[in-house]
Amino acid sequence: MTGTVHVADVSKKYGSVKAVSGASFELGQGELVALIGHNGAGKTTLMKLMLGLIRPTSGSIEVLGDNPAAGEFAGRRQLGYLPENVSFDAALTGRETQAFYARLKREPVAKALELLDAVGLGAAATRRVGTYSKGMRQRLGLAQALIGKPRVLLLDEPTTGLDPELRQTFYEIITRLAAEGATVLLSSHALTELGERAERVIIMNRGIKVADGSIERLRNIARLPTRIRLKVAGLAPGEVPSWLPTNAPCRRLNGHVVEIDAAPEQKIEVLRCATAAGTLEDLDVVPPSLDELYAHFLRQVERMP
Amino acid sequence: MNAILTVTRKEIRQAIRNRWVLAATLLLAALALSLTFLGSAPTGTVGVRALDVVIVSLSSLTIFLIPLIALLISHDAIVGDMERGTMLLLLSYPVARWQVLLGKFTGHLAVLAFATCLGYGLAAAALSATGSRIDHDSLMAFAAMVGSSVLLGAVFVAIGYLVSALVRDRGTAAGISIGLWLLLVLIYDMALLGLLALDQGRNISAAALNAMLLFNPTDAYRLFNLTGFANVSTFAGMAGLAQSTSLSVQVLLAALTLWTLIPLGLAALAFSRREL
Repeated sequence: MTGTVHVADVSKKYGSVKAVSGASFELGQGELVALIGHNGAGKTTLMKLMLGLIRPTSGSIEVLGDNPAAGEFAGRRQLGYLPENVSFDAALTGRETQAFYARLKREPVAKALELLDAVGLGAAATRRVGTYSKGMRQRLGLAQALIGKPRVLLLDEPTTGLDPELRQTFYEIITRLAAEGATVLLSSHALTELGERAERVIIMNRGIKVADGSIERLRNIARLPTRIRLKVAGLAPGEVPSWLPTNAPCRRLNGHVVEIDAAPEQKIEVLRCATAAGTLEDLDVVPPSLDELYAHFLRQVERMP
Repeated sequence: MNAILTVTRKEIRQAIRNRWVLAATLLLAALALSLTFLGSAPTGTVGVRALDVVIVSLSSLTIFLIPLIALLISHDAIVGDMERGTMLLLLSYPVARWQVLLGKFTGHLAVLAFATCLGYGLAAAALSATGSRIDHDSLMAFAAMVGSSVLLGAVFVAIGYLVSALVRDRGTAAGISIGLWLLLVLIYDMALLGLLALDQGRNISAAALNAMLLFNPTDAYRLFNLTGFANVSTFAGMAGLAQSTSLSVQVLLAALTLWTLIPLGLAALAFSRREL
């Protein structure tokens, strides 16, 4: 796996505000990476730094062999960017806009125009962008980012304003691109939004990278308990089944349901005890949700001095 | 090179869509035509050199109008695109910032040149169509007037870009542009005149006056058109000044060129350092 984006100990200050501090990571070919954080966590700043739109206060960045801070842009022919709140010149039509961007990338215009159909803008392509709705502008934004089979895609909150159907198409497109070897960096303010699609997650909080790894790995690090709900016959109110391991915190939810917070290594043991007892009527296993995982990493930073 | 042309094409297309081209051409043509026919009234049928009179009145009109149109188009070029958010996306493409600036410049200048040539050309065409005799000298002076008007436009497009590259929001850019227009087109000459009247030729030498005239692009333009051609200067009432000034046509043109290149260079520098 070859790295396409290298970020080494990068900090960016706006006056006294630290937008990004000491972030380091490397993105490889074919990786689909989610950059997660609240608004103002430094996601957009990181992308702007990668594009050379702003210069880092310290640290260094390399994107497709270029140093963007020095104004190098040879690699940008193979880079697609979709800014948050993308906007276009209102006087031009969708086709003209797409053709303009294709020419700047020195890619065949006809092929770029096909992308308009792919994002469902075919019918509106001859209308002026000024008449477009937010969702349509977002589609055009995606279409321009995909021009010329990019090797690196930087997408800043790409699915806001997209309807569920197009959202599905969008994820199909980027998953395919990643499978073909493109690096896709996708920012979002919620981890659930991306579901399990991202192979790797980078969580930012107040400009600091707080977690980096696959969702599986983050789960292991976080050691969040799995919730197991058991429906047990013949339990008196307030009673807890005697066969449960004593060190597992549990509580009664309603009539017959007992909820247990099982640590990762306890999970199997709890299940074995429950099925062996014979009084079990039903069972649900709820793994920690992505939101809980996200919240866990944010809390962890708050606790740090 | 290709990237510059791509940006230029887009700017021209936008100017056509936004009716900038139409508005500027109509305005210049209407004023030029009315000046041509109203302006020739005093000379009446005796006026054998009708085109020379037109050159004098049109160049006076140009000094007010062309800088205003140029600043209107250009003050928004950088800061406006930043505010609208289109600059963010454009700069993520494989194009250098100076290429964006130069592409916009050639696009805006093409729009201005088109409007000037067509608008003023109509006036000359109308004049010859109504039977005025136009000799070669007058025609050359007219062509020089149109050419230098475009150059004056280039100066103010460049100045507008510099303002646009330096300020934080569009409102400020518009305000500063209007201020600069007032200063260079109206106040500077009045102040200079006042200074000369006060001084009564005691301290200010001819060389100093020349330098002060070159320091304002509109004055360089005025001198170029009103004193550059002998046949015109007699009508402009500036024959006296034409004889006393030592500024050659080449120096005046060089001054106008510098007035374009220096603000444009500074605008490129300021733009390259901006963070979005």
